[in-house]
Amino acid sequence: MLAEALFFSAVLFTIGVIGVLTRRNAIIIFMCVELMLNAVNLTFVAFSRAYGAAGQIFVFFAMTVAAAEAAVGLAIIIALFRHKQTVNLQHINILKG
Amino acid sequence: MQNTPLFYTFNFYLFGIIAIVAALCFVTRKSPVAAALWLVTTMFSLAAMYVMLDAQFIGAIQVLVYAGAIMVVFLFVIMLLNLGHASDITDIRNQKWRLIAAVVGVAMLAEIFVLTRSSSVPELTLPRDAAANAVIESGAVGAVATPLFTTYLLPFEITSVLLLAAIVGAVMIGKQRGLNAR
Amino acid sequence: MLLQHEVLPGHPLAGTAAAWMWLLPLLPLLGFVINGLLSLIPATVLGPSDPDIAHGADGAHGEAGHGEHVHALDTADAHGAHGDDHHVVVRHRFAGLATFVGPVVLAASFALAVAMFLAMRGLGEMREPFVQTYFSWMPAGALQINAAFQLDQLSMMMVLIITGVGTLIHIFSVGYMQDDPGYPRFFAYLNLFVAFMLVLVLGASYPVLFVGWEGVGLCSYLLIGFWFSDKANADAGKKAFIVNRIGDFGLLIAMFLLFANLGTLDFVGVNAAATKFAFGGALVTTICLFMFLGCAGKSAQIPLYIWLPDAMAGPTPVSALIHAATMVTAGVYLIARSSTLFSMAPVASLTVAVVGAVTALFAATIGLKQWDIKKVLAYSTVSQLGYMFVGVGVGAYTAGMFHLVTHAFFKALLFLGSGSVIFAMHAAYHHTGNHDDAQDMRNMGGLRAFMPWTWILMWIATLAISGIPPFSGFFSKDEILGSVFLRARESTLADAHWLGIPGSAVLYAVYALGLAAALLTAIYMTRMMLYTFHGPNRSGEEERKHLVEAPWTMTGPLVILGVLSAIGGWLNLPHFAAFAGSEEMLGHWLEPVVGDNQLRVTLGRIPEAAGNTETFLIGAAVAIAILGILIAVVRLKPARLVPKAQSPEEQGFERVLLDKYYVDEAYDRVVVEPTVGLSRGVLWKGIDQGLIDGVLVNGSAKLARGLGGVGSWLQSGQVGTYAWVLVVGVLAVLGAFTIR
Repeated sequence: MLAEALFFSAVLFTIGVIGVLTRRNAIIIFMCVELMLNAVNLTFVAFSRAYGAAGQIFVFFAMTVAAAEAAVGLAIIIALFRHKQTVNLQHINILKG
Repeated sequence: MQNTPLFYTFNFYLFGIIAIVAALCFVTRKSPVAAALWLVTTMFSLAAMYVMLDAQFIGAIQVLVYAGAIMVVFLFVIMLLNLGHASDITDIRNQKWRLIAAVVGVAMLAEIFVLTRSSSVPELTLPRDAAANAVIESGAVGAVATPLFTTYLLPFEITSVLLLAAIVGAVMIGKQRGLNAR
Repeated sequence: MLLQHEVLPGHPLAGTAAAWMWLLPLLPLLGFVINGLLSLIPATVLGPSDPDIAHGADGAHGEAGHGEHVHALDTADAHGAHGDDHHVVVRHRFAGLATFVGPVVLAASFALAVAMFLAMRGLGEMREPFVQTYFSWMPAGALQINAAFQLDQLSMMMVLIITGVGTLIHIFSVGYMQDDPGYPRFFAYLNLFVAFMLVLVLGASYPVLFVGWEGVGLCSYLLIGFWFSDKANADAGKKAFIVNRIGDFGLLIAMFLLFANLGTLDFVGVNAAATKFAFGGALVTTICLFMFLGCAGKSAQIPLYIWLPDAMAGPTPVSALIHAATMVTAGVYLIARSSTLFSMAPVASLTVAVVGAVTALFAATIGLKQWDIKKVLAYSTVSQLGYMFVGVGVGAYTAGMFHLVTHAFFKALLFLGSGSVIFAMHAAYHHTGNHDDAQDMRNMGGLRAFMPWTWILMWIATLAISGIPPFSGFFSKDEILGSVFLRARESTLADAHWLGIPGSAVLYAVYALGLAAALLTAIYMTRMMLYTFHGPNRSGEEERKHLVEAPWTMTGPLVILGVLSAIGGWLNLPHFAAFAGSEEMLGHWLEPVVGDNQLRVTLGRIPEAAGNTETFLIGAAVAIAILGILIAVVRLKPARLVPKAQSPEEQGFERVLLDKYYVDEAYDRVVVEPTVGLSRGVLWKGIDQGLIDGVLVNGSAKLARGLGGVGSWLQSGQVGTYAWVLVVGVLAVLGAFTIR
């Protein structure tokens, strides 16, 4: 079970990476990041079955942090949309310089 | 309860494949709403996999928090900003970049595979049914709660502070520029 | 700060006039400075040949100005100051001062030289050279080169010729160049040339000699291209300089080899240490051959003679001084100076003799068919230089130097005489506004009636060069040919092998070539005299009225040279012609310098000819000369000539001779065009434009711009880019773990 779970986790993680690299819509990129986090959670859970409860504890924390991060990140996206009227990252280069 | 291996394995693989297919569909959707819904599908399958890995509490939390709260917030924002329609100009990069991204992805996959070859540390490995037995003993929630409130109490408390900071930050950032701006 | 310490303390010449020998080149140098400063002041009215005026309308300079070729083809009608112009002829404002300074410094040098000569004569036998060191020039570790002059019998002889003949030519130039706006510049360059030539012959070591060597090359370039507003003249000057440079490379290599093996470069040291070399070994032969390459360049032997005919583009006094009497003889002087080395390398000496003989015959054949009077004399010079090299090549250093002296007399006389002729022709054409070639013999003829003095004096020179007794040329030429014959029988050269052929056979062949060249010499010189001075005059009705003898400033030096050409043989009379005490004066004079080396070649014995052999040799030489003159007189009919404008084109073999066997064209095809092509294609387009401009300069700019572009990409503010960078970084880190 461990090996299969790790396999699925790796594939999901890679799909998340490809999504981050390929898409330009800020919200969808954000969701790809969430996908990556989920993949990692799967890894932790799979390992927890073999090594003890610490894995599940970490998943707990990871989810909490993901929630907080989602809230703040979406707030940033909303603020960005108010300025630029777009969430297409190609047109946003405020960080330039 | 004892899982018959074949049934168990078949279901595990089924949910795994559903998760992957849903993730692929998610990544390739043009409409953000459709993408979000596919992601929800992925999360559900992951929850099922958690349950099959003797982490039932985590599976429930996954559905409640991730799929039920976080993704809902995503959909709220999408609808708030009226981004739900498939845009005319696609926001997926052109073919050259997609190819390079695929190459990078495959490279990363290969590296992860190689690294996870040597993944078992024998002296730390628990007996085979240790997690299942823990669940039987103290219940699904108890198996998580007992370490959480004893060994990992400090991180737990800090997490609450983190949540507070996140809430305040989100409110500050999302606020309109001064109520007297209008 | 002069530190004048002699090599030998208490040399007998120390307190005499010889101690002032540093003044010898300094006086002409002073003349150069003064005349040079004068030349910077422009003439009062700009004349047609002043370099500031674009030389436009004077299309009558024959075929001059083939702008496309690197070398000047055989035209070089460089009549800048005289001739076709209808403008006012101009004298330079300060011409008078230049007239005074130019010849006077030369005359002063000559007077000092005579004083030095008398001092030397008074000593009787002087075995060691008198060396004056002035300062340490190049002290570089093991290499110690001093600025030093050396006075011995050989250099004294050369100094007398240079200053003596030089003074006469300066006086001639006063008349010849009188109407040239560049008058002071001419004397400046001429003085500079004499200064460098004196440095060359007085130098006490090879480097000091080389300074003079290069300097005369430079002055040759300046003087050949004196009327440089005509491109053909400038090209001729360039050609002379470049071809000289090729020879100089040889001399440099020889110097390097000498220093590497002997550790010293001054003549005294080299002569002392030269016996360390293996006799006839590869090393000494190589050194001598490289040195001969330098001589071939400077003294116009095959394959580097091509510059001398083109050098006739310069004014005639230049041709007389530089290309007859002095600069071209520097090569012969060098070999005589290095006689120790050459006597130890029989193969090299044989090479010198062979090249000299072949050149003598080759140039003589070309001279047979030239129409320009100066070109005939140019090829004659090349041919006679070949004789000199034959002389020094077979180890008869005295004979070679003797011919150098007599040749200086009669060749200078011939050139100056032709200068008088050209001067008269130019004046005549100027009066009638004719634009024909004033140097072409087909436009002359019958000048005997108009210029009797010049006619007689040039006949004296012609008889001398043909080798008719009792004129000077006979004695020197006979001595050379006789030396060749005798050494063919018994000498180190006869015992050596040249390219597998026994040395004696080579020397007999050299003798035969020398005789053939003597025959041709007589023929073409007589031809020149016949076409120029005899027969009917072809210059034209009007022009004839204006043909006059040159003024006395020009004819005076001719007379002096004529006397010297007539009696010059007295310098080194063979015993059958000698009167009391005068036998072989030059031989005795040069004996301390070259005597041992001559004996080394002749196996320690003074070569004696049996009475019959001697009679045969002399008889053959005289017979050949007379035969040549007779052939020319009988076969060539000056009456059949027509002026150049109406002359038919040459055909067949005559055409080949007229076009100098197409050697220049062959060099152009084989050497010049590939070099130009290589320079253009590889060096210019490939390396200069492609590598240096493209890769190094533009390329580094592009690299900087590219790096900047990459850097700016990192700071673009595009989050997508940052995500890429992040992922690639993760990949790299994972890769590090994977590979480990």
